Amino acid sequence: MKKLINKPDDVVTEALQGLAAAHADLVRVQFNPNVIVRADAPVQGKVGLVSGGGSGHEPMHGGFVGLGMLDAACPGEVFTSPTPDQMLDATKAVNGGAGVLHIVKNYTGDVMNFEMAADLAGGENIEVEAVVIDDDVAVQDSLYTAGRRGVGTTVLAEKICGAAAEEGRSLAEVAELCRKVNANGRSMGMALTSCIVPAAGKPTFELGDDEMEIGIGIHGEPGRERVKLAPAGEIVERLTAPIVEDLPFEQGDQVLAFVNGMGGTPLIELYVVYNDLNRFLGERGITIARNLIGPYITSLEMAGCSITLLKLDEELTRLWDAPVKTAGLRWAT
Amino acid sequence: MVDVAETEKASGRMSLGHDDVLRWIRAFAAEVEANKEQLTQLDSAIGDGDHGINMQRGMSAVLGKVDATGEESDIGALLKTVGMTLVSTVGGAGGPLYGTLFMQMGMAVSGKEELSSDDWAAALEAAVTGVQARGKAEPGDKTMIDALIPGRDALKAALAEGATFEDALRQSADAADQGMRDTVPLVARKGRASYLGERSAGHQDPGATSSHLLLEAAAETWGRPGQAR
Repeated sequence: MKKLINKPDDVVTEALQGLAAAHADLVRVQFNPNVIVRADAPVQGKVGLVSGGGSGHEPMHGGFVGLGMLDAACPGEVFTSPTPDQMLDATKAVNGGAGVLHIVKNYTGDVMNFEMAADLAGGENIEVEAVVIDDDVAVQDSLYTAGRRGVGTTVLAEKICGAAAEEGRSLAEVAELCRKVNANGRSMGMALTSCIVPAAGKPTFELGDDEMEIGIGIHGEPGRERVKLAPAGEIVERLTAPIVEDLPFEQGDQVLAFVNGMGGTPLIELYVVYNDLNRFLGERGITIARNLIGPYITSLEMAGCSITLLKLDEELTRLWDAPVKTAGLRWAT
Repeated sequence: MVDVAETEKASGRMSLGHDDVLRWIRAFAAEVEANKEQLTQLDSAIGDGDHGINMQRGMSAVLGKVDATGEESDIGALLKTVGMTLVSTVGGAGGPLYGTLFMQMGMAVSGKEELSSDDWAAALEAAVTGVQARGKAEPGDKTMIDALIPGRDALKAALAEGATFEDALRQSADAADQGMRDTVPLVARKGRASYLGERSAGHQDPGATSSHLLLEAAAETWGRPGQAR
């Protein structure tokens, strides 16, 4: 294992210390239990947004804490859901009296831990709503699985709901908006290489030099099919056709196209992918009105990408354009 | 009137004290430590490869907590402490599930300083019910409960037939072992393994494997003649 680390057991803690030192203007970091909180939390009268998940997906979620996005993030161990005590602390820290929204990616562990946290927060008279993001079209047979996984749409939901919360919308309204984003977003990912969880020291799965895994999740968990490597244009079709069919996205639709790097793929390749995606959608009369290109929901050093499409309307576009100031995503109007 | 002490003597039943339960918890921690690599390997095949690491981290935190409890004699409180510690240190799905397992056991024997074999059966019953409620898994979904349910049922059946506690524990652990092995051909319907569909068949479930270790630890700790009180 070749990694820029000191000790495998210290990776999460030291990375959080680095984040705290680098972005003291945006966040403060609490340890044991680990929580990243917006520097000015709680913002009185504003709905608090809390998300969380395993570490190893940076900048998600800690890099999305700040103005116009999350109020707190709970980082678990690498690829491991955080625990209810982290989530409860985060919930309490961001409760400005307007309630707290939990944005939960649909993984068995994340959902169960957030459920326990919501029970605990209820016991402390904090109003909590949870929205589960499940946008991964790679999971086909939803009745006989844990359901579709939460992937790229999570980033878009956190940005859009963060903007809505800044506008002073109520908890019920922000939760409804989050469900709307989830209902209109679809994703699919692929891997060129595996990744190594520091504490495990070995690749999570093996992929041959001439193979790729289509439908990969973000935890190095294997996808649904393993096939021979193909040119980027073909890969884009394999990922995008099921996404377009599923919603479905139709001629005339305006979309936000999110080309995400899995951590080990350089930006130049993501732009190759974006070029093919732009052509693929253009041929179908689907217009990319907004885009996001880069590594935002990663899987350690895995090489590969995911594509997320979100069907936009006037409301979603305006909230996407609203100012955001976080370590991982920032722009002014 | 049946003389309770005589009946227990005749059937070879014994009661478990706080120290006995603590020995079982330590034995489970040791089993997790010894099988950490195997659990991680099984989880890498069909999950995300962290089950061994997570359980080991949780159980070493548990050992730190229970070693510090000192003069405590309430077994229910001990089990609840174990559960709370697992919930706050394990993460993943294992944290809420094993946390719930121990917390439900603790609630089932709340305030007790001695457990009869029937108390243990009731604790195990509560544990399985709690895990099912939390994880919403059915038998055959390729999860922890595919080891826990056969383990619970074998214990109840053996005790009902008048087996000694030692024998009942052995049958419970063996049934859990069989249940664990029976997960190999199953297609997972819960947890991350379910994303694999048919590809999850042919692998033993890591959760069922750690659950077997839990019941095996009980059989070895309380069933070994040399260690019985």
